Amino acid sequence: MSCARNGAQAWLTQESAVSQSVRRVILVLLEVGWLLSSTLPAAHAQQEPLGAVAAKLGADDHDTLQAAIEALGARSEPAALRMLEALRDGNLRVDGSGAVLVRDGKSGAWLDALTGKPAAAAGAGLKTPLVNNALRRTLSPTIAQLQLRSTDPAVRLAAAEELAKASDDKLVPAMRAALKREIDPSVRKLLRLSLAQIDLTSPDPRHRLSAIAAMRDSGEVSFKTQLAALLEKTADGKFREPDATVRGAAGGALNSIEHQELLTRVVRDLFYGLSLGSVLLLAALGLAITFGLMRVINMAHGEMLMLGAYATYVAQLVFQKYAPAALNWYLALAVPLAFATCMLVGMLLERSVIRFLYGRPLETLLATWGISLMLIQTVRLIFGAQNVSVANPDWLSGGIEPMTGVVLPYNRLATIGFVTAVVSLLAFVLNRTRLGLSVRAITQNRAMASCMGIPTARIDMLTFGLGSGIAGLGGVALSQLGNVGPELGQLYVVDSFMVVVVGGVGKVVGSVVAALGLGEVNKLLEPFAGAVLGKILVLVFVVLFIQRRPQGLFALKGRAAEN
Amino acid sequence: MSTARIKELVSTLHSPRQWLALAVGFGVLASVPALNRLVPVGAALHLSDSMLPLLGKFLCYGLVALAMDLVWGYTGVLSLGHAVFFALGGYAMGMYLMRTIGTAGVYRSELPDFMVFLDWKELPWYWHGFQHFGFAACMALLVPGLLAVVFGFFAFRSRIRGVYFSIITQALTYALMLLMFRNDTGFGGNNGLTDFKRLLDYPLAEQSTKQALYLASLLALLVGYLLCRYVVTSKLGRVLLALRDAESRVMFCGYDPFHYKLLVWTLSAILCGLAGALYVPQVGIINPSELAPSNSIEIAIWVAVGGRGTLVGGVIGALLVNGMKSWLTGAYPELWLYALGALFVGVTLFLPKGLAGLFSARRVRVVAPELAAELPAEPVRAEDLAGET
Repeated sequence: MSCARNGAQAWLTQESAVSQSVRRVILVLLEVGWLLSSTLPAAHAQQEPLGAVAAKLGADDHDTLQAAIEALGARSEPAALRMLEALRDGNLRVDGSGAVLVRDGKSGAWLDALTGKPAAAAGAGLKTPLVNNALRRTLSPTIAQLQLRSTDPAVRLAAAEELAKASDDKLVPAMRAALKREIDPSVRKLLRLSLAQIDLTSPDPRHRLSAIAAMRDSGEVSFKTQLAALLEKTADGKFREPDATVRGAAGGALNSIEHQELLTRVVRDLFYGLSLGSVLLLAALGLAITFGLMRVINMAHGEMLMLGAYATYVAQLVFQKYAPAALNWYLALAVPLAFATCMLVGMLLERSVIRFLYGRPLETLLATWGISLMLIQTVRLIFGAQNVSVANPDWLSGGIEPMTGVVLPYNRLATIGFVTAVVSLLAFVLNRTRLGLSVRAITQNRAMASCMGIPTARIDMLTFGLGSGIAGLGGVALSQLGNVGPELGQLYVVDSFMVVVVGGVGKVVGSVVAALGLGEVNKLLEPFAGAVLGKILVLVFVVLFIQRRPQGLFALKGRAAEN
Repeated sequence: MSTARIKELVSTLHSPRQWLALAVGFGVLASVPALNRLVPVGAALHLSDSMLPLLGKFLCYGLVALAMDLVWGYTGVLSLGHAVFFALGGYAMGMYLMRTIGTAGVYRSELPDFMVFLDWKELPWYWHGFQHFGFAACMALLVPGLLAVVFGFFAFRSRIRGVYFSIITQALTYALMLLMFRNDTGFGGNNGLTDFKRLLDYPLAEQSTKQALYLASLLALLVGYLLCRYVVTSKLGRVLLALRDAESRVMFCGYDPFHYKLLVWTLSAILCGLAGALYVPQVGIINPSELAPSNSIEIAIWVAVGGRGTLVGGVIGALLVNGMKSWLTGAYPELWLYALGALFVGVTLFLPKGLAGLFSARRVRVVAPELAAELPAEPVRAEDLAGET
């Protein structure tokens, strides 16, 4: 009925010549006519022709225009959405006869709004409806409401977001209807939550309950304050929420959300702990060989990591210069380059300095520290004292989100995969190759191994090279996670020694367990103690641990331990 | 103490020729302020105003080297965390210097400037008392000493030695550095304590104050040296040497290394604290970078260059290496790290006894490398084995 009256009003307002009284008479007549028609059984009888509704867009007064917009919002024809969008974008004109023209956004041609066919642009009689801010506020949710019927889930999602922003009681029925037919899960979720936001203040307890259920299912932390508000008492001692059932549900939902939040945090911390552990392991793995198996206190170990990271940088430069198209794959060059560089530097060190210092651990410590200073200075002279930028390849940027609030970045996942591969490789070399057999023999008893014909000097060189090369691989991974600068190694050298000592010297598996354990402990402490204090606590813990078990987690047994 | 006892002590510490050499060395160092004050500007022997605090700083380093030599050269315990004790002594003195400014700071507040900057309203509890020089001076010795007792107690009781001890001392200084870098710790964070004005009401900018501080450092070095010399020539010193060379055998003879090590370790820490307290007013700043692990390792190289187990060698090493550092970082900054690195490598490879070894081949007995290789780095304890099987 209101449709009919509105239509008549709009039509009447255009005919400025018609007097007030005549208008009333016609109105009454129209109403009578509508009453008559509504008694007829045909369903379409309710639908005013779209053209008539559209014609009202040409009205001058604000109320009529608003009513026309709302009327169009209730229509299911695609033309209604087309008109509203055009109106919003200022592309809608109404000519003298009430025909509505829209300008196509792309081609700029005028189309007939109802049919969508090109229309002759009439010259002077065109009228542009005036859309002020108040109308705009009605317009956007109305368009969104229509867009919820779109076949494109992306359009529906955007529309749902628009409706969530508007948060208007008048839109509730349309949103409920849309929720019923919606099949896309993300749009459903969004609609349900925006409905919940509105329903939470609804007078009907059932609506409030369903709103709380929706919030509970979402597990969103942002609802906590709203739910907690329901449980609060006002100044006069009454609960804000009168219904006890609703209060109970709100309390339950609050608990559930907090539980979910805790779970999210624990999962996130565990993952980041695993990630930190894998970084520590990569940093310490080389040392587990040079210190753990050979008993060489290699203070230049950190610089091997640094050289590995710079090798990655060089690989990136090479690709930038000679194969910019394949830049994403520069790591394929970086890995062998870092390994080879560090292995060569390591073997050179072993032959030139370290072999003279076997059995004098403290002297080795000082000499290798001196070497580390020289390596740092060399890198500074070649590459400059500033950090260099090593970019993640595209396939390492971004991450996956397996559950709400937990993002697993690809570069960290890749590091975990990489360290697994390196550890497996190392385990293979140590346990399944001739070199590994010799290394283990020398670790157990150098003199006896030598007697059995193992070339100890050569094996020493190769083992040191292997340890250094693996440190270089660690450097490749570190370059993907943090800054690359001459002091990179200094950051990791203390941590690396902690890992090897805690794990137990001489046991590579000990280093694996210790690195992952220290990483997890560090990350789980962080929320309570903060990053720096957490790290300090871990160091203190390690120092205390060494007091209790000087041999580390996995102590060597028997005679081997005496060396 | 009777005259006879003193005579006996004097003769145990040094032979007459050594006493003479010591007196000459002390005299030369003591005349340095006179070169600054009495020799006219422009004369060949004149010492510039800026050189004096630099030399005073070196003397403090010399004291640290003494302390290091005591634990490393004589007891065989290589600490890579001696900068901790040095810095703690320095911080105690720095706190006094900050408090004694009163309201003369930039913000005209009773609180030290950095606290005003951090918007702190009152002094943290551990800052109370530091407005008194005597209290601060005691703390400069007590805090490092106490930390050394606690740390040493745990470390030596569980017989951590060799490189393990070195590594955990390095972790100690690293952890403390991280702690001091935090603003919330209450020691000025990254910037540390600086902008000092007066010491016992004498303005630090005055040349006469600088001369007095230089002489105080020299005196501390002398007293420290005599104390260390007393320790190493006593029976205690013999046990320490024995511990260095063959700890297991000393244990089988019925000595408990724990007490000896703890005593000498604590003494060494206190000497470092004293050095730190004298160092801070001369350089005018103390910040967490003093705690960087590299600083502690540098202390070891001073001793290694001079010669381990000689005391004098450590002091000479500290003066030489730091003199070289000052000159090179000014003249050829990019060469300094190479020189330092080469020093580390060269001394360990070619001069295991340091410079002192060049001059006297007889006095110091350093364990032969072949013998050291046979010594167990970390013997297995019976209880550990029992637990494993």
